Amino acid sequence: MLGPDITWYLVVSAILFSVGALGVLLRRSPLIVLLSVEIMLNGANLALIAFSRLHGESDGQVFAITVMAVAASEVVVGLGLIVAMSRRNLALDVDRLNSLRG
Amino acid sequence: MIAGSAGNVVVWGVWFVAAFACLGSALAVVSFANPFFSALALIGNLASLAVLYLLLNAEFVAAAQVLVYAGAVMVMFLFVVAYLGGEADAPWAGGPSWQVVGAIAAAAAILVEIVVVIGVAAGDGLSNEGDISSAFGSPAEIGRLFLTDHLLAFEVTSIVLLAAAVGGVILGHHSRRVDDPAVGGRG
Repeated sequence: MLGPDITWYLVVSAILFSVGALGVLLRRSPLIVLLSVEIMLNGANLALIAFSRLHGESDGQVFAITVMAVAASEVVVGLGLIVAMSRRNLALDVDRLNSLRG
Repeated sequence: MIAGSAGNVVVWGVWFVAAFACLGSALAVVSFANPFFSALALIGNLASLAVLYLLLNAEFVAAAQVLVYAGAVMVMFLFVVAYLGGEADAPWAGGPSWQVVGAIAAAAAILVEIVVVIGVAAGDGLSNEGDISSAFGSPAEIGRLFLTDHLLAFEVTSIVLLAAAVGGVILGHHSRRVDDPAVGGRG
């Protein structure tokens, strides 16, 4: 295979996943938390496709497309929740959404 | 083999540009204060990921990535950010609190864990890629797998998408009815 071997793609995917996790833990705006979850999903997708290339089977790409569809569903529900929050005049701050705290 | 090594250098160059664009725009998404700029940076991230997919011979997934993610999903994101008037939210405001330090430590721990687990489990088996035919990653091959080996995943995905669409409609409808003073409260 031309270019870098699978290890380098996996390193990129691991860094992407950690950067997304950092965003989820660090940011307070629910919009940016959703964007960071997208980064995490894409890191996992890159690993799936890299392993698909490693084994020479297309099944990993099928998984990646399924992940893409699930991510699209997640964005629809997440954005619906954020719009519903803003219509009820709740603060767009995940640290202040604590009414379910036990 | 001159032609082969020249091609190798070109592929390494494309990989470097795509990988660093990918990681840089991911860091930009996390660190921009304005959600609008974060969403724009995520489009760059998804596009450079599509280049990496192309380098891995996943042509159909790369096309779907650009169409579905960088196209449809991000347009929806940008509409919602425009609708909410994206309030700026500085990520590093107020100096390093225990929350910021904990988040960075947890993310670094995840990175180290992933790298160690991959290194231990895979060892040096990662440099022998399997041989691929010309059908690898083509739409025909993906479609064949979806309708034979992965038929259940295909059908369940359609139900998930339907549930998400219904959920989105219900969330939008419900909040409008509660909030609209013309309709009145529900008691």
